[in-house]
Amino acid sequence: MEKNEKSGYARRDFLLGSTAFAGATLAGAMLPTGMALAQQAKLKIGLMLPYTGTYAGLGVAITNGFKLAVEERGGKLGGREIEWFTVDDESNPAKAPENANKLVQRDKVDVVIGTVHSGVVMGMAKVLRESGTLWINPNGGAGAMTGEACAPNFFRTSFSNWQTTHALGKVLKAKGHKTAVFITWKYAAGEEMMQGFKEGFETEGGKLTKELYVPFPQVEFQALLTEIASIKPDAVVAFFAGGGAAKFLKDYQAAGLKGKIPLYGSGFLTDGVLEAVGDAGEGVETTLHYADGLDTKKDKAFRLAYAKDFKMQPDVYAVQGYDAGQLLAAGLDAVKGNVADRAGVIKAMEAAKIDSPRGQWTLSKAHNPVQDMYLRKVVGKENKVQGVAWKALADPARGCKA
Amino acid sequence: MDFAFFLIQLLNGLQYGLLLFLVASGLTLVFGIMGIINLAHGSFYMVGAYLAWSLSSLTGSLAAAILLAIPLTVILGMALERLLFRHLYQRDHLYQVLLTYGLILVFEELRSIIWGDDVHGVVVPALLNASIPLTDNLSYPVYRLAISGVCLLLAAGLYFLIQKTRLGMMIRAGASNRDMVQSLGIDIKLIYTLVFALGIALAAFAGMINAPLSSVFPNMGSQVLIICFVVVVIGGIGSVKGAMAASLMIGLGETFGQVLMPDFAGMIVYVLMAIVLVWRPEGLFGRA
Repeated sequence: MEKNEKSGYARRDFLLGSTAFAGATLAGAMLPTGMALAQQAKLKIGLMLPYTGTYAGLGVAITNGFKLAVEERGGKLGGREIEWFTVDDESNPAKAPENANKLVQRDKVDVVIGTVHSGVVMGMAKVLRESGTLWINPNGGAGAMTGEACAPNFFRTSFSNWQTTHALGKVLKAKGHKTAVFITWKYAAGEEMMQGFKEGFETEGGKLTKELYVPFPQVEFQALLTEIASIKPDAVVAFFAGGGAAKFLKDYQAAGLKGKIPLYGSGFLTDGVLEAVGDAGEGVETTLHYADGLDTKKDKAFRLAYAKDFKMQPDVYAVQGYDAGQLLAAGLDAVKGNVADRAGVIKAMEAAKIDSPRGQWTLSKAHNPVQDMYLRKVVGKENKVQGVAWKALADPARGCKA
Repeated sequence: MDFAFFLIQLLNGLQYGLLLFLVASGLTLVFGIMGIINLAHGSFYMVGAYLAWSLSSLTGSLAAAILLAIPLTVILGMALERLLFRHLYQRDHLYQVLLTYGLILVFEELRSIIWGDDVHGVVVPALLNASIPLTDNLSYPVYRLAISGVCLLLAAGLYFLIQKTRLGMMIRAGASNRDMVQSLGIDIKLIYTLVFALGIALAAFAGMINAPLSSVFPNMGSQVLIICFVVVVIGGIGSVKGAMAASLMIGLGETFGQVLMPDFAGMIVYVLMAIVLVWRPEGLFGRA
């Protein structure tokens, strides 16, 4: 029964969506009255982010960043006041379509901002493809969103998983490493990061000797650490996050591998865990689109304003949320807040040059940031920037036909 | 894989198996012997780990933290038994599932309020913070070996308690016929309170001594919960011996699985469970 109802909804909505779209183009033709009306109403922004569970901290950082961008524009975007709608997605992929529908159907939001978990991102994609609602994803790096599942209304202000490890190939080559082993969880993000690294390293003539996978979300690494010791590669590249990353770094040290085989990784390996791992992280080098000590004017101003507003230090997630706000502002400014001019908003967002705390970036054809990847090194409790590992790295966006 | 590495993997497997037994021991007692389905087992494991972290940063010593935390978890266990579980012994298992699932949510939320959502590390005690070199580039952390020792002691202690003591006899009798035991003049209520509290304390203790290895992070309990049930089910409900055998089997299976069949490593545990249950539906050492 419920299932029938749902598919019925979807169909009705699809029809509704297409008539609304036709209506919007018509309204565009009768510009004066249409615009006056649009500007009186508040802009409806829907935040679909995790506010409970493991990723709650990330959801809060993204929200803070986004609101800071809005606040810098006098609390308005494209000259319009904002009405906020919030849904806690709990990082639960099973509830993703239902949660996205709450914003799209019940609240009729103009823009959806979300989310952290890649599985939830793919669940949202189904709903937002049908509704055509403008969507900015401030984190989840699933390759498909800006790959085979890309769409004109899908935007991302963070990274693709592939991007976070691709530049490491060059880094390892420069250090003289010829062989490497990649270790990660066996799930989509891990495999995409492995692929990104493999392509980058093999282009440089390196050899990925072995891909090691731990079942997700297990954190027992001993067997594979022994395997690494027996393979004796020149370098190890890893991706884990959160508690798993903390445990991996400590186990790597306890197994006596630290200092014998240098460890590299996707930046998430050493983000947010350095307090927990003591000196086990020291010297680990990673690539990511943000780092400590960038020391640019924009980054300093952002960090200061963020710390002042929210009484905590910003991280990469706060930057991604902030940039989602900046990207949306660029789109809405161009059409003076008339979000019904969907094509105009999308065109302006596509052309935007975002002056981000991480440095300037633009969007690729598939709507993923083309951005500098920094090489960072763990020094004390910071991921200190060492330089740019890859200037303006673009995701290959395989299978995107939009 | 040459012979030296084969031996090291064997050691890894045994060590991991013992660790699994440690984590599952509380569940063996509460689910296996008392017959209570406790989905919140992982939550108590998490509570133990967070207590170890916060108390060891207060006192500066993990040993002191554990000594302080154990009485706290025993009291917590007794209070929960008195207030909640006691009322459900006579009811269908579904009520227990509902209650303990609710407890998972409550503990997870309390953890977030009291301790926050960050990842924390617990320092390995200085005395055990060393590694034994095995090959030119691999060494074995002494703390892991120490945990294995604790696991063996615990297993022996539990076996002795349940099979060889008067209290153990009463527990087993109570599990098979509560009313009869009561009418023989034994204070079964008190015994249940004690055993339940012991089960909770064991789960928390596992979290405490495992904290330096695993780190302390949100939802860490749900990671161990499923594997704990697998251990108890494969081993045979009510059998400490069985739980030990199952733990070692899973430890070795996972370790060699990850090395030899990496693509199927995630399935191995469940394949093992399926095979055992087809062959012996009551588990390895369970009573039919």
